[in-house]
Amino acid sequence: MNRNARNQNYIAYVEKKSPKAGWFEALFHAFITGAAVCCLGQMFSDIIKAFFPMMDLLTLGGWINIIVIALTIILTGLGLFDRLAKYGGAGTFIPISGFANSIASCAIEYKKEGLVFGIGSKMFFVAGPVLVNGVAYSLVVGIIYFIIGLF
Amino acid sequence: MIKLGEQTYQIEKDISIITGVSLVGRKEGEGPLAGYFDFIEKDDKMGEKTFEKGERQMFLKAISCAIRKSELKKDEIDLYVGGDLMNQLVSSNYTAEELEIPFLGLYNACATMTESLIIGSTFLESGGAKNVICATGSHFSTAERQYRYPLEFGNQRQSYAQWTVTGVGASVISSERRSKIKIKKFTIGKVTDFGICDIANMGAAMAPAAMETLNAFFKDTNTSQKDYDLIATGDLGKLGSDIFKDLMQEKGYDLETNYIDCGHMIYNIDQNTLQGGSGAGCSAVVLNSYILQKLQSKEFKNVLLISTGALMSTTVNQQGDSIPGIAHLVLLEAD
Repeated sequence: MNRNARNQNYIAYVEKKSPKAGWFEALFHAFITGAAVCCLGQMFSDIIKAFFPMMDLLTLGGWINIIVIALTIILTGLGLFDRLAKYGGAGTFIPISGFANSIASCAIEYKKEGLVFGIGSKMFFVAGPVLVNGVAYSLVVGIIYFIIGLF
Repeated sequence: MIKLGEQTYQIEKDISIITGVSLVGRKEGEGPLAGYFDFIEKDDKMGEKTFEKGERQMFLKAISCAIRKSELKKDEIDLYVGGDLMNQLVSSNYTAEELEIPFLGLYNACATMTESLIIGSTFLESGGAKNVICATGSHFSTAERQYRYPLEFGNQRQSYAQWTVTGVGASVISSERRSKIKIKKFTIGKVTDFGICDIANMGAAMAPAAMETLNAFFKDTNTSQKDYDLIATGDLGKLGSDIFKDLMQEKGYDLETNYIDCGHMIYNIDQNTLQGGSGAGCSAVVLNSYILQKLQSKEFKNVLLISTGALMSTTVNQQGDSIPGIAHLVLLEAD
């Protein structure tokens, strides 16, 4: 048997043999934690609105982001966020909490290499690709939006 | 030394493992083998500022204790061979600097323990060296940072991933002093790549290498699994060892009751380590605790230890290369 055929057989066999993540369970966990993060945001939103009824929605949204980011960073620093994320998966990763955690965890991890070459250069090790992709896809979507707007 | 068949060598001198010391982290110390380990460290940093420095201290403590237990003086140890998982073998290099013993740094990923026993016994067999210390180890927190993500990063592991063992195993082997445990034969493995690219699935990447090596050993020595009390693979994990058993069955060897995998047995199921342990420390600590003690008590008369290594580099893996595996085998006998 040649090497390619052998490898393909083996990869197919490993694929079949490897345990699959229970996707229903994963979706359920993500739904619960994602919903919890959103409810938390809504709760802070309602509280702030009660104190500052004149605040416009944009400023309010900014404050909610700041609060969720701050909470995530505190939980990351206390070593609790990764446990939550292990349960929640996309539920904690997709909201802004995931982004905050990816930056805070890198900052903690690479602190030992110094402020400039540690934190400075490696803080966006995980978040960097997310930022680049975010900008690139927004550009594509923006162009499509522009073209549709022409008609 | 006599060469048997294609890959196996038989040692002619009387080479003993005179002492073995195992040092593990807290998580391993909560596992089923806790009673066999010499040291269980509560602090993964060993009081140091970084995990890398902590790993070094673990090496130093395990090796110093092994030398002390062997009742040899430090200048009677001719050679220190071993390695770890860090780039440039930092943990071993810095330890060797501290020890002031001539040092050969080895890297075969998680197969480094048997590799160092092979190199060490070759030196003893040559007559040039009389006492050699072989030590390898790994550390969960330093390996995570080098190969994966920051520790506090919230991600979910694949269900087939493994957990790097925090621990160091050190053995003193000698042609001068005697003990009941002898190194008799070894098989040097070939680098084997069956095309697995998923860095989370190390068990599947290493299983073919383990199969090739064990198969070569059986052929070279004209023996089969029935002739050995225990056959232990290094760190295939639960999934990897199931694959390994299937591959061996295809070759006509039925591994059942006398087969264990060090990675699979080092943690309990409820310790959230998924498929079990991995890392250069995995087979090193199980050899220097469970296996040596069972050989000492003659519960096992002969043991095949096959340390398995995934020769994984994140750089070439991201460039699309698959993960080659390697496995070296050592036959230990109780006299």
